Amino acid sequence: MSPGATALSIIFAIVVIGSFTGFLAARHRTSSLEEWAVAGRGLGLALVWILMAGETFTTFSVLGVSGWIYSKGGPTLYVLAYLTLGQTFIFFFGPAIWEHGRRLGLQTVGDFFAVRYRSSLLGAVVALAGAVFLVVYLQLQITGLGIIVEVASFEQIGRAPAMLAATAVVASFVMASGVRGVAWVSFLKDFLMVAVAVFVGFGLPWAHFGGIGAMFDAVIRAKPGHLVMPGGTQNLTHSWFITTVLVNSLMFAWPHFFGGIFTAKSADTVRKNAIIMPFYLLPLGLIIIAGCAAILIAPGISNGDLALLTAIRRTFGPGMLGVIGGAGALTAMVPAAIHILTASTLIAKNVYRPLFAPAMSDDATARVARLTVVAVTAVALALALNSSATLVGLLIMAYSGVAQFAPGIILGILSRRVSSPAVLAGLIGGLAVAGGLSFTGRDPFLGLNAGFIGLIVNVALVAGVGRLTPARPSGFE
Amino acid sequence: MKRPSAASILLAAVPFVGMCLSVDLWDRVEPRVLGVPFNMAWMLAWIALSPALMGIAYWIEKRR
Repeated sequence: MSPGATALSIIFAIVVIGSFTGFLAARHRTSSLEEWAVAGRGLGLALVWILMAGETFTTFSVLGVSGWIYSKGGPTLYVLAYLTLGQTFIFFFGPAIWEHGRRLGLQTVGDFFAVRYRSSLLGAVVALAGAVFLVVYLQLQITGLGIIVEVASFEQIGRAPAMLAATAVVASFVMASGVRGVAWVSFLKDFLMVAVAVFVGFGLPWAHFGGIGAMFDAVIRAKPGHLVMPGGTQNLTHSWFITTVLVNSLMFAWPHFFGGIFTAKSADTVRKNAIIMPFYLLPLGLIIIAGCAAILIAPGISNGDLALLTAIRRTFGPGMLGVIGGAGALTAMVPAAIHILTASTLIAKNVYRPLFAPAMSDDATARVARLTVVAVTAVALALALNSSATLVGLLIMAYSGVAQFAPGIILGILSRRVSSPAVLAGLIGGLAVAGGLSFTGRDPFLGLNAGFIGLIVNVALVAGVGRLTPARPSGFE
Repeated sequence: MKRPSAASILLAAVPFVGMCLSVDLWDRVEPRVLGVPFNMAWMLAWIALSPALMGIAYWIEKRR
């Protein structure tokens, strides 16, 4: 067997085992929207932890983060900071979100806005914007899958057909199994991923330099300044770091994290999960170390996202490349499945139903959501096939957008006086500013993250419009 | 919802200072910690420290 075929067969075997785990876990469960989208609100601490961690530890974390430390250096540390700090928001607001969710039957972030502000328009706007950001995130996972197959096959299989095949597998997996199946596959995926992180984090530096310390000696000598900010960039400075970490730490506003809160069986589970989540980032530290090793093992790669896998391929045999590629493939599939599932539920329940079929039952909505899976996946695949941006660049843009949901969520919980026109104005203003700056290549702007500037505009509009419009009674009362 | 206590909010603010706002103070390579650059080691230390602080905050909230 050629090295490419060996690696690919191992990847294929791991993906098949993973998919079957998902199908089996979801068997004998009802096909209601409540089960499909939030697992009947019945997941204990272990499954919620693994589900939320699975959503955090994505192909972006593995290929994107190692790619960033490879090409951009020091600024990459923002990932470790925001993923830790983001949990403190879930610690404080997660239990309240969960309580309102159980009491009022909320399943999505769109439900939260529609019910709290008694405005299905606001719910639909949030749901539509949320679905768009999820499609961007999904696009990253599909691109990651394509990269894995491309490198593992020694460029025998092109990225486009690889993405096509992988996407078909993920979409059918989601339709059949729902969020509970995804949580179970996460077990397998995370076990493999942690093993891989330990293996490459210690193995790559050891094989080429004799140890982590010696590896860093060599990198610092070859590229002084690369491992501090702004590293290999011009504009990713300390002010960029601070504002980006603050914006990204509002990650609970991501529709799939928000939905993840509802899958927990109690508010206490949500809070305990927020406490222990950061431990999950320690393997990510090892991935960063492996990315540093790749700087000298595989120099001169223009797309950093390929660096880690190329370094692995140069160091270990095709068998090991297959195991790592398989773990990486599951690492893309699990979050991709959650993104597809969440985006489809948002569109079916918060956009399609209020606009076109107000009388539709939850069961019928679940069927529409399953059909929406195909559309959502197709859009993300088309984007992935046509995009040239790096994984991290795209994700920073999406986080800037998602953060604009946060004022409406936090004020919705804490304040009685905030009005729905004020939240809508803030949301649209914030999205326009953050999106406008990002799309015109002005992120960072004056050294500040575009989403941060969007948030300032957002909060100012909420306060300003809030003075002019009276608040109606909260839908939570 | 019960408002969180000032003590637990204060505890949660500590990692924000340590990992984010104080970046000017720790973003350097030396001194290395077990061979790892200082800024990276600093981040990893806070990843372990934050759950400890939030664990105390949990305990404070639980007792109220």
